[in-house]
Amino acid sequence: MNCLALSDDILMKIEKPERYIGHEVNSVVKDKNAVSIRFCMCFPDVYEIGMSHLGIQILYDMFNSWEDVWCERVYSPWLDLDAIMRKEKIPLFALESQEPVKTFDFLGITIQYEMCYTNILQVLDLAQIPLSAAERGEDCPIVIGGGPCTYNPEPLADFFDIFYIGEGETQYRCLLDIYKECRAAGLDRMEFLRRAAKIPGMYVPRFYKTSYNDDGTIKSFLPTEDGIPDKVTKEIQLDVTDTYYPMKPIVPFIKITQDRVVLEIQRGCIRGCRFCQAGQLYRPVRERDVETLKQWAVEMLKNTGQEEITLSSLSSSDYSRLPELIDFLLEECGKKHINISLPSLRIDAFSLDVMSKVQDVRKSSLTFAPEAGSQRLRNVINKGLTEEAILNGSALAFEGGWTRVKLYFMLGLPTETEEDIRGIAELSNKIAAVFFDTVPKEKRVNGKVQIVTSTSFFVPKPFTPFQWARQCTKDEFIEKAYQTRKAISEQLNQKSIKYNWHEADASVMEGVLARGDRRLGEVIRRVYEKGSIYDAWGECYDHERWVSTIEECGLFVDFYTHRERPLDEILPWDFIDCGVTKDFLKREWEKAQREEISANCKQQCQGCGAAKFGGGICVERQEQVLVTGGC
Amino acid sequence: MKLRVKFRKYGPVRFIGHLDVMRFFQKAIRRAELDIAYTGGFSPHQIMTFAAPLGVGLESNGEYMDIEVHSLSSCQDVVDRLNAASVYGIEILSARVLPDNAGNAMASVAAASYTVRFREGRAPKTDITQALPGFLAKENISFIKETKKGTREFNLRPGIFELKWDGTAFSMLVDASSAGNIKPGQVIEALLAEAGEKLQENALLITREDVYTDADESDEDEASDEDETGFRRTGQFVSLGEIGEIVA
Repeated sequence: MNCLALSDDILMKIEKPERYIGHEVNSVVKDKNAVSIRFCMCFPDVYEIGMSHLGIQILYDMFNSWEDVWCERVYSPWLDLDAIMRKEKIPLFALESQEPVKTFDFLGITIQYEMCYTNILQVLDLAQIPLSAAERGEDCPIVIGGGPCTYNPEPLADFFDIFYIGEGETQYRCLLDIYKECRAAGLDRMEFLRRAAKIPGMYVPRFYKTSYNDDGTIKSFLPTEDGIPDKVTKEIQLDVTDTYYPMKPIVPFIKITQDRVVLEIQRGCIRGCRFCQAGQLYRPVRERDVETLKQWAVEMLKNTGQEEITLSSLSSSDYSRLPELIDFLLEECGKKHINISLPSLRIDAFSLDVMSKVQDVRKSSLTFAPEAGSQRLRNVINKGLTEEAILNGSALAFEGGWTRVKLYFMLGLPTETEEDIRGIAELSNKIAAVFFDTVPKEKRVNGKVQIVTSTSFFVPKPFTPFQWARQCTKDEFIEKAYQTRKAISEQLNQKSIKYNWHEADASVMEGVLARGDRRLGEVIRRVYEKGSIYDAWGECYDHERWVSTIEECGLFVDFYTHRERPLDEILPWDFIDCGVTKDFLKREWEKAQREEISANCKQQCQGCGAAKFGGGICVERQEQVLVTGGC
Repeated sequence: MKLRVKFRKYGPVRFIGHLDVMRFFQKAIRRAELDIAYTGGFSPHQIMTFAAPLGVGLESNGEYMDIEVHSLSSCQDVVDRLNAASVYGIEILSARVLPDNAGNAMASVAAASYTVRFREGRAPKTDITQALPGFLAKENISFIKETKKGTREFNLRPGIFELKWDGTAFSMLVDASSAGNIKPGQVIEALLAEAGEKLQENALLITREDVYTDADESDEDEASDEDETGFRRTGQFVSLGEIGEIVA
């Protein structure tokens, strides 16, 4: 086991060699001669990011629970090692066995954000696997993609043999069994893929062909063979309690982004915020049994020795047994010196009470995500958080001793006006004013309150009611950020408000890739060949290179981002059925334009279509709950 | 009560830096469910001290960590539990209960012993057997150290307590105190420099064998710190692992 793929000379030269040596606590090592399938799971970003991803941990645990499979991991080598591996022609290797990825049966890549697309090519290239699925021979691993970006897999269609659409717990066993059958019968790669394409949730891009109209829009998207389904329905794990969950998550040696035990309390979200892709993709919301969660928490903490646990979900406050779960964790963790971190909580008396128990009030800050500055625009995006709720929550927090508030907004939302943008500044100002009204002078710590207002740029995503919307241009984004900054500087309490904004460049390209079609595969390949990797890292991203390459390929940024799509246009992702119907999304898009809100799943079913899966909230008794917002 | 845990570090984990080894043990101790003591305050942490940080890439047969526990079943039980919670390459060798007046592991470090070999193909041309006596006879072995603030020249010789070459490996005992710490590579570099040769990049395979503290002053029978060859005698030091007792 002393054998490492990299020489001591290399390991002594590079940053954080721990990224590449494996051997972490709870990593799984099997006898390679005793398994029939070698699966390598990849997150195409640096180790510290990739290791923080829950999905891979779940699938790693699931695969390794099967006797005939050994699942290992690989991440993008950082720039320093990337250069060495290219120069010395060292094939990319899996962490556990330290053996080349190209010798594996499968390479599974999770695709979490658009700006990692060049890193996917980096991984394939370093692994010495042909970039193009069509060029892969019989001895190449089957390259399979999963994750949120596969809900529009088209820009990556050239590079993948299979996309697994939906949650991984359900169909992998079937896929691997068919793989073993094909291998035993001596069938070739093509025949395996043909059979795989008939498994629910599997999209095998080589069996589909797109034709285009003169204006560049899609004319048709059709299977090229009989028996290949023309629609691919997402896979969903309906019972989220009796299923795979890693009781022994891997404990990295180095500090990673999410360096704690992650307890996923539910999947999906009841709140149909119209900009949010996750809120639509993971419907219906499914809660985990609270007793099971308590057991899992204890066991995972024991098996990892982690000193912190966090709850994971899209909106933790909506979990019906949250108070009970938190009471249990407070009791359990308190005696063991374990910290609890609670993200995505709606700010109210309950959450403030809990937070004051788990964190140092003086040092921590509160977070609100109003997303839009005015009630009008919050109605457009169906963000059920009211100004009243924010101000009341802030007042409670200031009384409780907090002095720092973080606010998150988006710029460039559909129908946004200058007035909405001013609303961002005014809301920030009002919160500061609440502080001065609530906390008497003698009780003010340092006499100050700090409001940190951050804006990101809105990028329309597939399978949201805004999938037809026009995205702002880079110049418009920059102008909006400028207006925000100016409006904040005009506020009475401007000295208490700090304003942060994102770079606009990458948001434009994220938009192109998010709603792109197959023709962008050529762009991604050329940009990669010109040297782009780690586009999600500001210091690595070369915007001009992307823009000029798009033009070089005869395509236009404007076509993909800066036009409102007509409702009858064939969208590249229309062949995927994520449960939520196009009719529902259209209704929501129209309601948005009328500034009408929609009730959440607990209040009243909106008939989105996800009920067809026959589980989660769609079949549970609809409880009456108060609308107080929070996403 | 205070426990001193001795462990080995070898194989792939030699690339794990000192801070990450500390983090590793914080979690291993939780997995092993040792009854460790915590500091007070809003963010309590385990009471834990390491003797001497080991450089990245080095192996060791003698690393030490002192921890404070409220209770323990037996020293062997601590060793077994920690080993069960450990990974390949970090092996717990022993645990001893320290006397109440024992010094802090880090503050008491005085010397460390190392075995040093040349990597294949990176041995120097210099005849070491011939060069060694002359090198050790010198009173001043000047070495220029790169620091954050530039370079600093210092004399290596007083900190070299023992240096032997058996034809394939060096064994050395050098100063490891916070004020005068010497790295084994510095000694070899200086030895070769004396013969006009430059040490090749990443040429050495270094294993720390043990870490020592000054022998209790009351045990010193002689006033002299040096023997006739000019070395401080090994007898002046006692291994950190010999302090304390094994509780069954």
